[in-house]
Amino acid sequence: MSVNGGAQDHDVEPRTLLVQYLRENCGLTGTKVGCDTSSCGACTVLADGESVKSCTMLAVQADGAAITTIEGLAPGAELHPVQQAFHEHHGLQCGYCTAGMVMAVVGFLDENPNPTEREVRLGIEGNLCRCTGYQNIVDAVLAAAAAKSGVSS
Amino acid sequence: MIPAGFDYVRAGSSEEAVALLAEYGDDAKLLAGGMSLLPLMKLRLAVPAVLVDVGRVEDLSYVRDGGDHVAIGALTCHRDLETSELLAAECGVLRSVAAEVGDNQVRHRGTIGGSVAHGDPASDLPAVLLALDATFVAQGPAGSRDIASDAFFEGFLETALAPDELLTEIRVPKTGAGGFAYEKFNRRAQDWAIVGALVTRVGDATNVALVNMGTTPLRARGVEAALVSGATASDAAALAADGTEPSGDLNASPEYREHLARVLVRRAIEAVSG
Repeated sequence: MSVNGGAQDHDVEPRTLLVQYLRENCGLTGTKVGCDTSSCGACTVLADGESVKSCTMLAVQADGAAITTIEGLAPGAELHPVQQAFHEHHGLQCGYCTAGMVMAVVGFLDENPNPTEREVRLGIEGNLCRCTGYQNIVDAVLAAAAAKSGVSS
Repeated sequence: MIPAGFDYVRAGSSEEAVALLAEYGDDAKLLAGGMSLLPLMKLRLAVPAVLVDVGRVEDLSYVRDGGDHVAIGALTCHRDLETSELLAAECGVLRSVAAEVGDNQVRHRGTIGGSVAHGDPASDLPAVLLALDATFVAQGPAGSRDIASDAFFEGFLETALAPDELLTEIRVPKTGAGGFAYEKFNRRAQDWAIVGALVTRVGDATNVALVNMGTTPLRARGVEAALVSGATASDAAALAADGTEPSGDLNASPEYREHLARVLVRRAIEAVSG
Protein backbone atom coordinates (compact mmCIF):
# COMPACT_ATOMS: atom_id res chain seq x y z
CA MET A 1 0.00 0.00 0.00
CA SER A 2 1.00 3.63 -0.22
CA VAL A 3 1.40 5.43 3.10
CA ASN A 4 1.83 9.20 2.99
CA GLY A 5 2.93 8.91 -0.62
CA GLY A 6 5.61 6.26 -0.08
CA ALA A 7 5.32 2.57 -0.90
CA GLN A 8 5.11 0.17 2.05
CA ASP A 9 5.46 -3.56 1.49
CA HIS A 10 5.37 -6.07 4.34
CA ASP A 11 4.17 -9.61 4.81
CA VAL A 12 1.68 -9.58 7.66
CA GLU A 13 -0.71 -11.99 9.31
CA PRO A 14 -4.30 -11.56 8.04
CA ARG A 15 -5.41 -10.54 11.53
CA THR A 16 -3.04 -7.55 11.64
CA LEU A 17 -5.08 -4.39 12.17
CA LEU A 18 -4.30 -1.38 10.00
CA VAL A 19 -3.45 0.73 13.05
CA GLN A 20 -1.02 -1.93 14.26
CA TYR A 21 0.53 -2.11 10.79
CA LEU A 22 1.00 1.65 10.61
CA ARG A 23 2.52 1.89 14.09
CA GLU A 24 4.60 -1.29 14.22
CA ASN A 25 5.52 -2.10 10.62
CA CYS A 26 5.70 1.43 9.23
CA GLY A 27 6.91 3.07 12.47
CA LEU A 28 4.28 5.80 12.22
CA THR A 29 3.19 6.24 15.83
CA GLY A 30 1.25 9.47 15.31
CA THR A 31 -1.91 7.40 14.87
CA LYS A 32 -3.15 6.39 18.32
CA VAL A 33 -5.05 3.40 19.66
CA GLY A 34 -7.77 4.72 21.95
CA CYS A 35 -10.79 2.61 22.74
CA ASP A 36 -9.89 -0.12 20.24
CA THR A 37 -13.62 -0.70 19.64
CA SER A 38 -14.27 1.82 16.80
CA SER A 39 -15.97 4.24 19.17
CA CYS A 40 -13.43 6.97 19.93
CA GLY A 41 -11.86 7.81 16.57
CA ALA A 42 -8.30 8.29 17.91
CA CYS A 43 -7.05 5.89 15.22
CA THR A 44 -8.67 7.76 12.31
CA VAL A 45 -6.63 7.88 9.09
CA LEU A 46 -7.58 8.56 5.47
CA ALA A 47 -7.93 5.58 3.12
CA ASP A 48 -8.15 6.77 -0.49
CA GLY A 49 -9.18 10.16 0.90
CA GLU A 50 -11.95 8.91 3.17
CA SER A 51 -11.75 8.87 6.96
CA VAL A 52 -11.71 5.38 8.47
CA LYS A 53 -11.05 3.93 11.92
CA SER A 54 -7.83 1.98 11.51
CA CYS A 55 -8.47 -0.17 14.59
CA THR A 56 -11.45 -1.71 12.80
CA MET A 57 -9.85 -2.36 9.46
CA LEU A 58 -7.46 -5.16 8.59
CA ALA A 59 -4.15 -4.20 7.01
CA VAL A 60 -4.98 -6.65 4.20
CA GLN A 61 -8.18 -4.71 3.49
CA ALA A 62 -6.01 -1.64 2.83
CA ASP A 63 -3.72 -3.57 0.46
CA GLY A 64 -3.27 -1.31 -2.57
CA ALA A 65 -4.93 1.72 -0.95
CA ALA A 66 -3.43 5.16 -0.44
CA ILE A 67 -3.28 5.77 3.32
CA THR A 68 -2.67 9.21 4.83
CA THR A 69 -1.73 9.54 8.50
CA ILE A 70 -1.15 12.63 10.60
CA GLU A 71 2.56 12.47 9.68
CA GLY A 72 1.66 12.88 6.00
CA LEU A 73 -0.49 15.99 6.22
CA ALA A 74 2.23 18.61 5.88
CA PRO A 75 5.97 18.52 5.12
CA GLY A 76 8.62 19.20 7.78
CA ALA A 77 7.79 21.86 10.34
CA GLU A 78 4.86 23.20 8.34
CA LEU A 79 1.35 22.74 9.67
CA HIS A 80 -1.66 21.72 7.60
CA PRO A 81 -4.40 24.42 7.75
CA VAL A 82 -6.48 22.16 10.01
CA GLN A 83 -3.49 21.63 12.35
CA GLN A 84 -2.87 25.39 12.31
CA ALA A 85 -6.51 26.06 13.22
CA PHE A 86 -6.38 23.55 16.12
CA HIS A 87 -3.21 25.34 17.32
CA GLU A 88 -4.72 28.82 17.09
CA HIS A 89 -8.07 27.92 18.65
CA HIS A 90 -6.72 25.68 21.42
CA GLY A 91 -8.56 22.69 19.99
CA LEU A 92 -6.70 20.26 22.26
CA GLN A 93 -5.51 19.79 25.79
CA CYS A 94 -3.92 16.40 26.41
CA GLY A 95 -3.61 15.77 22.67
CA TYR A 96 -4.39 12.08 22.66
CA CYS A 97 -7.46 12.41 20.43
CA THR A 98 -5.90 15.11 18.28
CA ALA A 99 -4.27 13.10 15.50
CA GLY A 100 -7.50 11.21 14.86
CA MET A 101 -9.61 14.32 15.29
CA VAL A 102 -7.50 16.26 12.75
CA MET A 103 -7.65 13.41 10.23
CA ALA A 104 -11.43 13.11 10.64
CA VAL A 105 -11.75 16.87 10.11
CA VAL A 106 -9.52 16.86 7.02
CA GLY A 107 -11.71 14.13 5.50
CA PHE A 108 -14.91 15.88 6.58
CA LEU A 109 -13.94 19.25 5.08
CA ASP A 110 -13.11 17.56 1.78
CA GLU A 111 -16.69 16.28 1.69
CA ASN A 112 -18.30 19.40 3.12
CA PRO A 113 -16.07 22.48 2.58
CA ASN A 114 -18.54 25.01 4.04
CA PRO A 115 -20.25 23.32 6.99
CA THR A 116 -22.58 24.88 9.51
CA GLU A 117 -21.73 24.52 13.20
CA ARG A 118 -24.38 21.78 13.46
CA GLU A 119 -22.80 19.92 10.53
CA VAL A 120 -19.37 20.21 12.14
CA ARG A 121 -20.67 18.66 15.36
CA LEU A 122 -22.26 15.79 13.41
CA GLY A 123 -19.13 15.50 11.26
CA ILE A 124 -16.94 14.76 14.28
CA GLU A 125 -19.45 12.59 16.15
CA GLY A 126 -17.15 9.62 15.61
CA ASN A 127 -14.32 11.25 17.57
CA LEU A 128 -14.32 11.56 21.34
CA CYS A 129 -12.36 14.22 23.23
CA ARG A 130 -12.42 13.99 27.01
CA CYS A 131 -10.67 17.33 27.66
CA THR A 132 -12.02 20.21 25.65
CA GLY A 133 -15.78 19.96 25.75
CA TYR A 134 -15.55 20.21 21.95
CA GLN A 135 -16.23 23.97 21.76
CA ASN A 136 -12.69 24.92 20.76
CA ILE A 137 -12.50 22.00 18.35
CA VAL A 138 -15.68 23.17 16.63
CA ASP A 139 -14.25 26.70 16.51
CA ALA A 140 -11.06 25.34 14.95
CA VAL A 141 -12.97 23.36 12.30
CA LEU A 142 -15.07 26.39 11.36
CA ALA A 143 -11.90 28.53 11.18
CA ALA A 144 -10.14 25.94 9.02
CA ALA A 145 -13.16 25.83 6.68
CA ALA A 146 -13.20 29.62 6.43
CA ALA A 147 -9.45 29.74 5.79
CA LYS A 148 -9.77 27.10 3.11
CA SER A 149 -12.49 28.99 1.29
CA GLY A 150 -10.40 32.16 1.45
CA VAL A 151 -12.59 33.99 3.96
CA SER A 152 -10.87 35.59 6.93
CA SER A 153 -11.89 34.13 10.26
CA MET B 1 -7.28 -6.43 20.84
CA ILE B 2 -6.23 -8.51 17.89
CA PRO B 3 -8.65 -11.07 16.42
CA ALA B 4 -7.84 -14.76 16.72
CA GLY B 5 -5.96 -16.12 13.71
CA PHE B 6 -7.81 -16.91 10.52
CA ASP B 7 -7.14 -17.57 6.85
CA TYR B 8 -7.96 -14.75 4.46
CA VAL B 9 -9.17 -15.12 0.89
CA ARG B 10 -10.30 -12.32 -1.38
CA ALA B 11 -13.19 -12.82 -3.81
CA GLY B 12 -13.07 -10.89 -7.09
CA SER B 13 -16.69 -11.51 -8.02
CA SER B 14 -19.93 -12.68 -6.47
CA GLU B 15 -19.55 -16.03 -8.29
CA GLU B 16 -16.11 -16.49 -6.78
CA ALA B 17 -17.45 -15.59 -3.32
CA VAL B 18 -20.19 -18.22 -3.60
CA ALA B 19 -17.65 -20.82 -4.77
CA LEU B 20 -15.38 -19.99 -1.82
CA LEU B 21 -18.31 -20.31 0.61
CA ALA B 22 -19.09 -23.72 -0.88
CA GLU B 23 -15.45 -24.72 -0.46
CA TYR B 24 -15.04 -23.63 3.17
CA GLY B 25 -18.59 -24.25 4.42
CA ASP B 26 -19.49 -23.30 7.99
CA ASP B 27 -15.90 -22.33 8.80
CA ALA B 28 -16.14 -19.24 6.58
CA LYS B 29 -17.61 -15.79 7.16
CA LEU B 30 -18.07 -13.11 4.54
CA LEU B 31 -16.26 -9.83 5.19
CA ALA B 32 -17.70 -6.68 3.60
CA GLY B 33 -16.85 -3.41 5.36
CA GLY B 34 -16.14 -5.22 8.61
CA MET B 35 -17.90 -2.66 10.82
CA SER B 36 -19.90 -5.36 12.63
CA LEU B 37 -17.81 -8.47 12.12
CA LEU B 38 -14.36 -7.15 13.07
CA PRO B 39 -15.46 -5.83 16.50
CA LEU B 40 -17.07 -9.22 17.21
CA MET B 41 -13.86 -10.99 16.17
CA LYS B 42 -11.74 -8.72 18.36
CA LEU B 43 -13.95 -9.64 21.31
CA ARG B 44 -13.72 -13.34 20.32
CA LEU B 45 -17.51 -13.43 20.03
CA ALA B 46 -16.95 -14.57 16.44
CA VAL B 47 -14.02 -16.85 15.61
CA PRO B 48 -14.30 -17.77 11.91
CA ALA B 49 -11.54 -19.99 10.51
CA VAL B 50 -11.71 -18.29 7.11
CA LEU B 51 -12.66 -14.78 6.06
CA VAL B 52 -13.91 -14.42 2.49
CA ASP B 53 -13.38 -10.72 1.70
CA VAL B 54 -16.02 -9.46 -0.75
CA GLY B 55 -15.15 -5.82 -0.10
CA ARG B 56 -13.64 -5.38 -3.54
CA VAL B 57 -16.51 -6.82 -5.59
CA GLU B 58 -17.19 -3.45 -7.16
CA ASP B 59 -20.08 -4.55 -9.35
CA LEU B 60 -22.14 -4.99 -6.18
CA SER B 61 -21.87 -1.28 -5.30
CA TYR B 62 -24.63 0.69 -7.04
CA VAL B 63 -27.95 2.49 -6.63
CA ARG B 64 -30.07 1.99 -9.78
CA ASP B 65 -33.54 2.80 -11.01
CA GLY B 66 -35.26 -0.57 -11.39
CA GLY B 67 -38.52 0.76 -12.87
CA ASP B 68 -41.05 0.22 -10.08
CA HIS B 69 -38.29 -0.03 -7.46
CA VAL B 70 -34.80 1.17 -6.60
CA ALA B 71 -32.14 -1.57 -6.75
CA ILE B 72 -29.18 -1.28 -4.39
CA GLY B 73 -26.05 -3.41 -4.60
CA ALA B 74 -25.34 -5.18 -1.32
CA LEU B 75 -21.84 -3.69 -1.09
CA THR B 76 -23.01 -0.08 -1.39
CA CYS B 77 -21.58 1.79 1.59
CA HIS B 78 -23.76 3.94 3.84
CA ARG B 79 -22.00 7.07 2.60
CA ASP B 80 -23.06 6.30 -0.98
CA LEU B 81 -26.67 5.84 0.15
CA GLU B 82 -26.47 9.09 2.09
CA THR B 83 -25.29 11.03 -0.98
CA SER B 84 -27.43 9.29 -3.63
CA GLU B 85 -29.64 11.75 -5.51
CA LEU B 86 -31.72 8.87 -6.88
CA LEU B 87 -32.49 7.64 -3.36
CA ALA B 88 -33.17 11.17 -2.12
CA ALA B 89 -35.84 11.55 -4.80
CA GLU B 90 -37.30 8.03 -4.93
CA CYS B 91 -36.82 6.59 -1.42
CA GLY B 92 -35.89 9.51 0.81
CA VAL B 93 -36.48 7.49 3.97
CA LEU B 94 -33.61 5.12 3.20
CA ARG B 95 -31.23 7.96 2.32
CA SER B 96 -32.12 9.77 5.52
CA VAL B 97 -31.77 6.76 7.82
CA ALA B 98 -28.47 5.76 6.18
CA ALA B 99 -27.14 9.17 7.26
CA GLU B 100 -27.93 8.22 10.89
CA VAL B 101 -25.86 5.04 10.92
CA GLY B 102 -22.81 5.25 13.20
CA ASP B 103 -20.49 8.11 12.27
CA ASN B 104 -18.68 9.34 9.14
CA GLN B 105 -15.86 6.82 9.46
CA VAL B 106 -18.29 3.93 9.90
CA ARG B 107 -20.43 5.10 6.97
CA HIS B 108 -17.39 5.15 4.69
CA ARG B 109 -16.71 1.45 5.33
CA GLY B 110 -20.01 -0.13 6.37
CA THR B 111 -22.31 -1.54 3.69
CA ILE B 112 -26.07 -1.98 3.47
CA GLY B 113 -25.67 -5.68 2.72
CA GLY B 114 -23.31 -6.20 5.63
CA SER B 115 -25.72 -4.48 8.01
CA VAL B 116 -28.67 -6.53 6.74
CA ALA B 117 -26.83 -9.87 6.74
CA HIS B 118 -25.54 -9.21 10.26
CA GLY B 119 -29.18 -8.95 11.37
CA ASP B 120 -28.70 -6.85 14.50
CA PRO B 121 -32.06 -5.70 15.91
CA ALA B 122 -30.39 -2.48 17.14
CA SER B 123 -29.28 -1.50 13.62
CA ASP B 124 -31.04 1.25 11.72
CA LEU B 125 -31.17 -0.15 8.20
CA PRO B 126 -32.81 -3.56 8.86
CA ALA B 127 -35.80 -1.79 10.43
CA VAL B 128 -36.25 0.68 7.59
CA LEU B 129 -36.02 -2.13 5.02
CA LEU B 130 -38.61 -4.11 7.00
CA ALA B 131 -40.92 -1.08 7.03
CA LEU B 132 -40.42 -0.68 3.27
CA ASP B 133 -41.32 -4.33 2.51
CA ALA B 134 -37.94 -4.56 0.77
CA THR B 135 -36.88 -7.61 -1.22
CA PHE B 136 -33.50 -9.24 -0.63
CA VAL B 137 -31.74 -11.07 -3.46
CA ALA B 138 -29.46 -13.93 -2.40
CA GLN B 139 -27.05 -15.77 -4.68
CA GLY B 140 -26.14 -19.36 -3.90
CA PRO B 141 -24.69 -22.39 -5.68
CA ALA B 142 -28.08 -23.11 -7.29
CA GLY B 143 -28.65 -19.54 -8.49
CA SER B 144 -30.50 -16.49 -7.19
CA ARG B 145 -33.61 -16.28 -5.04
CA ASP B 146 -35.70 -13.42 -3.68
CA ILE B 147 -36.45 -13.23 0.04
CA ALA B 148 -39.24 -11.00 1.38
CA SER B 149 -38.19 -8.75 4.25
CA ASP B 150 -40.82 -10.18 6.61
CA ALA B 151 -39.26 -13.64 6.15
CA PHE B 152 -35.65 -12.48 6.33
CA PHE B 153 -34.89 -11.64 9.98
CA GLU B 154 -35.24 -14.89 11.92
CA GLY B 155 -33.59 -14.27 15.29
CA PHE B 156 -30.79 -12.44 17.08
CA LEU B 157 -28.07 -12.06 14.41
CA GLU B 158 -29.83 -14.78 12.38
CA THR B 159 -31.26 -14.33 8.91
CA ALA B 160 -32.80 -16.48 6.19
CA LEU B 161 -29.49 -16.45 4.30
CA ALA B 162 -27.99 -19.94 4.03
CA PRO B 163 -24.30 -20.37 4.94
CA ASP B 164 -23.45 -20.76 1.24
CA GLU B 165 -25.41 -17.71 0.09
CA LEU B 166 -24.28 -14.16 -0.64
CA LEU B 167 -26.69 -11.23 -0.38
CA THR B 168 -26.29 -9.38 -3.70
CA GLU B 169 -29.09 -6.82 -4.00
CA ILE B 170 -31.75 -5.03 -1.99
CA ARG B 171 -34.88 -3.70 -3.75
CA VAL B 172 -36.97 -0.97 -2.18
CA PRO B 173 -40.24 0.56 -3.41
CA LYS B 174 -40.34 4.11 -4.73
CA THR B 175 -41.87 6.03 -1.85
CA GLY B 176 -40.86 9.52 -2.92
CA ALA B 177 -38.70 12.08 -1.18
CA GLY B 178 -40.75 12.47 2.00
CA GLY B 179 -43.55 10.83 3.95
CA PHE B 180 -41.46 9.38 6.75
CA ALA B 181 -40.08 10.04 10.22
CA TYR B 182 -37.38 8.24 12.17
CA GLU B 183 -37.17 8.77 15.91
CA LYS B 184 -33.89 7.36 17.23
CA PHE B 185 -33.24 7.54 20.96
CA ASN B 186 -29.66 7.13 22.13
CA ARG B 187 -27.37 8.50 24.79
CA ARG B 188 -24.38 9.40 22.66
CA ALA B 189 -24.41 10.82 19.14
CA GLN B 190 -22.80 7.84 17.41
CA ASP B 191 -24.49 5.09 19.43
CA TRP B 192 -26.89 2.34 18.50
CA ALA B 193 -30.53 3.18 19.13
CA ILE B 194 -31.71 2.28 22.63
CA VAL B 195 -35.06 2.23 20.84
CA GLY B 196 -35.92 3.54 17.39
CA ALA B 197 -39.27 4.04 15.68
CA LEU B 198 -39.66 4.39 11.96
CA VAL B 199 -42.91 5.43 10.30
CA THR B 200 -43.11 5.63 6.52
CA ARG B 201 -45.78 5.82 3.88
CA VAL B 202 -45.59 3.03 1.30
CA GLY B 203 -48.27 3.65 -1.32
CA ASP B 204 -51.51 4.17 0.64
CA ALA B 205 -50.25 2.34 3.71
CA THR B 206 -48.51 3.75 6.78
CA ASN B 207 -45.90 1.23 7.92
CA VAL B 208 -44.30 1.22 11.36
CA ALA B 209 -41.08 -0.55 12.34
CA LEU B 210 -39.23 -0.78 15.66
CA VAL B 211 -35.49 -0.87 16.35
CA ASN B 212 -34.12 -2.79 19.34
CA MET B 213 -37.46 -3.98 20.72
CA GLY B 214 -36.70 -7.71 20.47
CA THR B 215 -34.32 -10.20 18.91
CA THR B 216 -35.11 -8.94 15.39
CA PRO B 217 -36.31 -5.66 13.87
CA LEU B 218 -40.09 -5.66 14.21
CA ARG B 219 -43.16 -4.32 12.47
CA ALA B 220 -45.73 -2.78 14.83
CA ARG B 221 -48.67 -4.41 13.08
CA GLY B 222 -51.13 -3.43 15.83
CA VAL B 223 -50.27 0.23 15.36
CA GLU B 224 -50.61 -0.07 11.58
CA ALA B 225 -54.05 -1.73 11.89
CA ALA B 226 -55.22 0.93 14.32
CA LEU B 227 -54.17 3.67 11.90
CA VAL B 228 -56.08 1.97 9.08
CA SER B 229 -59.22 1.98 11.24
CA GLY B 230 -58.82 5.68 11.93
CA ALA B 231 -57.25 5.75 15.40
CA THR B 232 -55.50 8.93 16.56
CA ALA B 233 -51.70 8.98 16.74
CA SER B 234 -51.85 8.64 20.54
CA ASP B 235 -54.31 5.75 20.52
CA ALA B 236 -52.43 3.88 17.80
CA ALA B 237 -49.02 4.48 19.41
CA ALA B 238 -50.30 3.11 22.73
CA LEU B 239 -50.17 -0.31 21.04
CA ALA B 240 -46.52 0.06 19.94
CA ALA B 241 -45.00 -2.26 22.56
CA ASP B 242 -47.75 -4.90 22.40
CA GLY B 243 -46.32 -8.34 21.71
CA THR B 244 -42.70 -7.18 21.96
CA GLU B 245 -40.11 -8.70 24.27
CA PRO B 246 -37.34 -6.10 24.51
CA SER B 247 -34.15 -6.92 26.37
CA GLY B 248 -32.85 -5.12 29.43
CA ASP B 249 -29.30 -3.83 29.67
CA LEU B 250 -27.25 -1.02 31.23
CA ASN B 251 -29.01 1.55 29.06
CA ALA B 252 -32.62 0.57 29.61
CA SER B 253 -34.92 -1.91 31.32
CA PRO B 254 -37.53 -3.74 29.23
CA GLU B 255 -40.26 -1.54 30.74
CA TYR B 256 -38.37 1.62 29.81
CA ARG B 257 -37.93 0.36 26.24
CA GLU B 258 -41.68 -0.31 26.02
CA HIS B 259 -42.36 3.22 27.20
CA LEU B 260 -39.88 4.62 24.69
CA ALA B 261 -41.51 2.65 21.86
CA ARG B 262 -44.92 4.14 22.62
CA VAL B 263 -43.57 7.69 22.87
CA LEU B 264 -41.29 7.48 19.82
CA VAL B 265 -43.97 5.87 17.62
CA ARG B 266 -46.43 8.61 18.59
CA ARG B 267 -43.89 11.31 17.73
CA ALA B 268 -43.07 9.68 14.41
CA ILE B 269 -46.75 9.28 13.44
CA GLU B 270 -47.39 12.90 14.34
CA ALA B 271 -44.39 14.00 12.29
CA VAL B 272 -45.59 12.08 9.23
CA SER B 273 -49.18 13.30 9.61
CA GLY B 274 -48.28 16.87 10.42
